[in-house]
Amino acid sequence: MTEDDLDRNRRHFLTVATLATGAIGAGMVAIPFLSSLKPSARAQALGAPVEVPLGSMQPGELVRVLWRGRLVFVLRRTEEMLANLATVVDELRDPDSEVLEQQPDYAANDTRSVRPEYLVVEGSCTHLGCAPLEDFEVRPAEGWGGGFFCPCHGSKFDLAGRVFKGVPAPTNLRVPPHRFVRDDLILIGQDTGAA
Amino acid sequence: MIKSMRIAGVLALAAFFVAPQALAAGGAVHLEPANLEQDNAASLRRGARNFMNYCSGCHSAKYVRFNTIGKALDLSEEQLIDNLMFNAEKTFETIQAAMPSEDAAVWYGKAPPDLSLMARAKGADYVYNFLKGFYIAEGSPTGVDNIVLSGTSMPHVLWELQGYQTAIFETHENEDGSVKKTFANFEQLSAGSMDAGAYDEFVRDTVNFLAYIAEPIRSDRRKLGVWVLMFLIFFYILAAQLKKAIWKDVK
Amino acid sequence: MSRIEAEVGKPQGGLIKWIDDRFPLTSTLKYHVTEYYASKNFNWWFVFGVLAMVVLVIQLVTGIFLTMNYKPAAAEAFASVEYIMRDVEWGWLIRYMHSTGASFFFIVVYLHMFRAMLYGSYKKPRELIWLIGMLIFFVLMAEGFAGYLLPWGQMSYWGAQVIISLFGAIPVVGDALVEIIRGDYSISDITLNRFFALHVIVLPLALIGLIFVHIVALHEVGSNNPDGIDIKKHKDESGKPLDGVAFHPYHTSKDLVGIIVFLMIFSAVVFFAPDMGGMFLEHANFEPANMTATPEHIAPVWYYTPYYAILRAVPDKLWGFILFAMAVVLPVFLPWLDRCRVRSIRYRGWMYKTALTVFVITFVMLGWLGLQAATPLYVMLARVFSVLYFAFFLLMPFYTAMDKTKPEPDRVVYHD
Repeated sequence: MTEDDLDRNRRHFLTVATLATGAIGAGMVAIPFLSSLKPSARAQALGAPVEVPLGSMQPGELVRVLWRGRLVFVLRRTEEMLANLATVVDELRDPDSEVLEQQPDYAANDTRSVRPEYLVVEGSCTHLGCAPLEDFEVRPAEGWGGGFFCPCHGSKFDLAGRVFKGVPAPTNLRVPPHRFVRDDLILIGQDTGAA
Repeated sequence: MIKSMRIAGVLALAAFFVAPQALAAGGAVHLEPANLEQDNAASLRRGARNFMNYCSGCHSAKYVRFNTIGKALDLSEEQLIDNLMFNAEKTFETIQAAMPSEDAAVWYGKAPPDLSLMARAKGADYVYNFLKGFYIAEGSPTGVDNIVLSGTSMPHVLWELQGYQTAIFETHENEDGSVKKTFANFEQLSAGSMDAGAYDEFVRDTVNFLAYIAEPIRSDRRKLGVWVLMFLIFFYILAAQLKKAIWKDVK
Repeated sequence: MSRIEAEVGKPQGGLIKWIDDRFPLTSTLKYHVTEYYASKNFNWWFVFGVLAMVVLVIQLVTGIFLTMNYKPAAAEAFASVEYIMRDVEWGWLIRYMHSTGASFFFIVVYLHMFRAMLYGSYKKPRELIWLIGMLIFFVLMAEGFAGYLLPWGQMSYWGAQVIISLFGAIPVVGDALVEIIRGDYSISDITLNRFFALHVIVLPLALIGLIFVHIVALHEVGSNNPDGIDIKKHKDESGKPLDGVAFHPYHTSKDLVGIIVFLMIFSAVVFFAPDMGGMFLEHANFEPANMTATPEHIAPVWYYTPYYAILRAVPDKLWGFILFAMAVVLPVFLPWLDRCRVRSIRYRGWMYKTALTVFVITFVMLGWLGLQAATPLYVMLARVFSVLYFAFFLLMPFYTAMDKTKPEPDRVVYHD
């Protein structure tokens, strides 16, 4: 190899090394800038878990609460409502809660709940985020055993938040992380750790 | 000629940046240095306890969240709740004064200031000397005055610890006949529960905590800065070699 | 059929050619980068233009991210800055970069201007570059001033109070002008809101536009060099200046080294001394604006203090304002005040060298004095240096004409 070749190789190597280092540097600088877009400490504080007292809830009653600014339904289901769940299974897109990210493991069951009596789901249609309305009237002729109905594009969900076939919404309503602090108190937004 | 100008320029710039710091220290009263150990977690923990016990009754630190403190001071959630959070429930809450500031404004004539940034606005030395500088003063509504901030509306909250002292002033007669009073020293009147050394430590820890909450990321940024500079040195070596290789043939 | 129509749908010669047929991409790159020839004997004084661009980018990027969390309202501004410093992840870094960047912008621009004075870069044919540069400097001063109000601290408020009041010194229209600037009878929420608009939209847009024109004008006539001679006089067969090297890869690789050194100094300040002992972030600005109490010692940020010292040295409000404004504006006329036949300090006589040395000392001393409390001694000193400041410019036509110059070389010369 001539001296010229050596020089060229050296220049080439240094160019690549310098560019690579510069790219790494730029990438590292990008980290703080992108991280700053995440929810801040204040957003996290405001998005802290919320407590829902159950003491005065009647069977069949629906309570709306906000967690992280998102609507959450807490429904105390009656025996009849629970019994109806099994009757609509054939009409559902995902009756067995197989889409895993729509609920924590402890809610991937027939009633999609920790305790069958209490349904906790986000009141946000999985189609485009509208808030569904409740329609608990049973109309066997229509194959309707009670559930939620989205006014925007007509998606329908049963009393476990499971989506019906043939509607725009692709998945079941999401079950947020939650746990029973006491028999009469649910904490939404947290499922482990101290209260 | 150009060389000497360059050197003169560098010196002038250096003087420009250093001089004000040297001068800024010279206030009306000589400030004893606080000598904080800002990375001493034990001192910060004691300071946090002192703050919550003696300051937070009247003063808020409304930009400071308990969980931030917990992380920096190496405290668990339980320790935070048991030792520091007297009037807060959740660790993400900020430090609020126990007394509503409207009430305080009525009682003391002035709302106690928020302390989040006090050490940064006034300087740690200032706060250190302020907390040590209360002395008996006739005619003051609180019975005391302060050598650093005369006419302060803050009472001597820490009197049980420090005891009471009086300030001795020397009077000088100026050439034009006017009289000038300068502070000489303090004289202890009654003993507190702490001796002078212990009280100094108490105040130092408290000020340390105040300096910490004024800029909670201080120690993080210094640690990160070392890495950034090391990266840049490496980058510099590469770039300098590249420049040399490219310019090799330029005569 | 036009060329474009003939090629619709069939890119020939690849994407670059496709673009080149529709947009002057390659030719622009050639003209401004790969075939822009600048003198090969640049010393490090010639790096500050590029550094100013670097700081501009830092300020724009950090500024955009700050805007996402800052609230331009009197009731919320101070708290939102603390929110950025504490609650926003990495917000402290972005804010410190922006506040440090402000000071570095001025450091770099002052040194960039000083380079022009060392090597006569403002002289024919580069007068227009200098004029545009001075406009950039004025916009930058306004940008810094508007930005300083935004944290809504004590210094923000009272600094703005003092400087805005200054315009009240203008006869007849002064008071009306001050009200129009503030949009209120005192500095208020309304003032803060419009200063925010100026700081994040109007002035940055103007700055970017002017910098673009600055560079276009520079590339039209070519860069100066430490010898202040025309490198286009000697060209090789292909028309390249013998003393020039292409901007890329020669000056880019050299500038990169300068940029990294700059970033080291910048990072050292950001990570280890973001307050710079109260110079870059003033202590009193950590207290929220309080309309009922002025801080004990009030001074503008360091980059305005040379002019502020001149203002304070004059015991009359109107004349103070006039001299202050003159001090800022006078450098505009340098290309015509300077009667010397040579550009570079290398070939100038002792008079200009002495004058420039005295001027540098004067400028730094004025800057320092502007930071100090106005004691009688300091005011006296400020007067002396103010006289020297104006003398440098006003006597320039005489001493530069009388100065004995050395002969300029035909080709560039290397020093150190």
